[in-house]
Amino acid sequence: MPVTIGVPLLALFLQAFLAWRIPLFSYVDLPLLVTIFFAMARRNPVAGLLTGGAIGLVQDMLGPYPIGIYGIAKTVVGFGASSFGAKLDAENAGVRMLVTLGFYLLHATVYFCVARYMVNLTLHWSWGRGLLAGLVNAFLGVGLYHLLDKLKERT
Amino acid sequence: MDFLLGRYRNLTILVGVLFLQVLGLAVQVKRNPDADDTRLIRIWAVDAVTPFEKILVGMQNGGRNLWHDYFFLRGVRAENRELKQQIEDMRLQQVRLSEDAEQAHRLQQLLAFSEQVIARTVAAQVIGSSASDLSRSIYIDKGSNDKIAPDMAVITAGGIVGKVLRVYPSTSLILMINDQSSGVGAMLDKSRLQGVVRGTPDGEVILERVMSDEQVTPGEKVVSSGGDQVFPKGLPIGTVTEVAPGREMFLNIHVKPAAELSRLEEVLVITEKQERGTVAESGTRVRAADVLAERLPSVPDKPATPADAAPAPPNPSPVPAARTVSSPSTPGASPLPASPPAKKAASTGPSALPSPSNSNGGASLATSSKAKKLALTQSPSQPPASDDNPH
Repeated sequence: MPVTIGVPLLALFLQAFLAWRIPLFSYVDLPLLVTIFFAMARRNPVAGLLTGGAIGLVQDMLGPYPIGIYGIAKTVVGFGASSFGAKLDAENAGVRMLVTLGFYLLHATVYFCVARYMVNLTLHWSWGRGLLAGLVNAFLGVGLYHLLDKLKERT
Repeated sequence: MDFLLGRYRNLTILVGVLFLQVLGLAVQVKRNPDADDTRLIRIWAVDAVTPFEKILVGMQNGGRNLWHDYFFLRGVRAENRELKQQIEDMRLQQVRLSEDAEQAHRLQQLLAFSEQVIARTVAAQVIGSSASDLSRSIYIDKGSNDKIAPDMAVITAGGIVGKVLRVYPSTSLILMINDQSSGVGAMLDKSRLQGVVRGTPDGEVILERVMSDEQVTPGEKVVSSGGDQVFPKGLPIGTVTEVAPGREMFLNIHVKPAAELSRLEEVLVITEKQERGTVAESGTRVRAADVLAERLPSVPDKPATPADAAPAPPNPSPVPAARTVSSPSTPGASPLPASPPAKKAASTGPSALPSPSNSNGGASLATSSKAKKLALTQSPSQPPASDDNPH
């Protein structure tokens, strides 16, 4: 239980604190990586979507836009990742990398659609940035999942 | 219902959760955008995160100050000499600028311009960002307790940073000019062409709404136009780096921000602007000789003799005391470094700017010839030029 609450909160705090100090960190979405990890590890779609939704809503609260945009995107990702986790070998690094890349793009697409067409924010889609950020998150995700696996084994 | 909750239980819950969030979003979008939309839930989230950020920033600053103030003092003497030299150079430059400003101010008075001056600012420290890779917003360590309010302009010595979007008791969320949803009324410094400065998904800054048949050259400065009623006119925004044809007969102008948006540590929030009247100051003109005497105190006074004791400089202090239009009353509040005399200095540089409400605001240069003509016709009634007075 402490890990379930503590790790997402730490990820949100680090995202807010580090993204400002390390410019490259703005490509990283730590809360998303944590959402994918927990969803795939539990393999329970309901737990996955609720975890993703909660993390997304807190992320929305810290941002400038209406609450719910990240919430919806991460709910979808949490549901999808947990469904995948039940069917794939979630321990394999290659699978994890591909899944993370795919879910990053899904997350960005859902976020963009909700922000653009529901909230009417003037956002512009950038394939270059999306793909680059997806790759960065996929590589970082593999390392992070390894660390979280160790943490899970200890607890 | 049982069938739905049984066979499609997961999908039903997903749809339900998504529906609730969409409903929540719709309520927020439907609400009056002018209303204060700082929800209690946001305050809780921000209050849960920012204290840790403040502690970490405090520790970081403490460590850095310890290093810089006690251990890393090599080369300080040489640097001190250089800085003193720079101060002397800047004093000379300031004298020239104050004369120009005085002249401009006279012309503005003749044309019945009203001016908007930055009366008070609050210095704040950047403590974090919004935890979102798609928005460019930062948190500062000052909030409503320090009289910060939404839509206040945030600047640095370099230029515009953004505006206050949301205010909490001890922190505020700043939307920077390179955010995709931001917009700043801007104009090109030389050609006075007006447009809108926006952010891009990559965090770059572009100037929009400039027609493609206009001549814009890289290197030209972009300043605020004042049309957005948030930023006073004339604050530096950036420099044009690239000009390319854009969509719908408009140019795509890339701008390099004047403020280092990715390395901000301290910012100034403009908490008070003043409309300066045009007639009130007509009797407060100061002679250029007095300004020189005040600004160049390093010239030693002659030994006092009965003959020259009377015209001694009025302010013998080595550095003129900072004078502001109004002194800050809150802790951490710092007035912009104003140069004496305050009212005159306020009309120099970005701190004194024609009001956006002024209908002639964008055409100040275009009307300068008219102003000169007016000045010539009215000059006999004016006091004699200050430089003519024997000092």
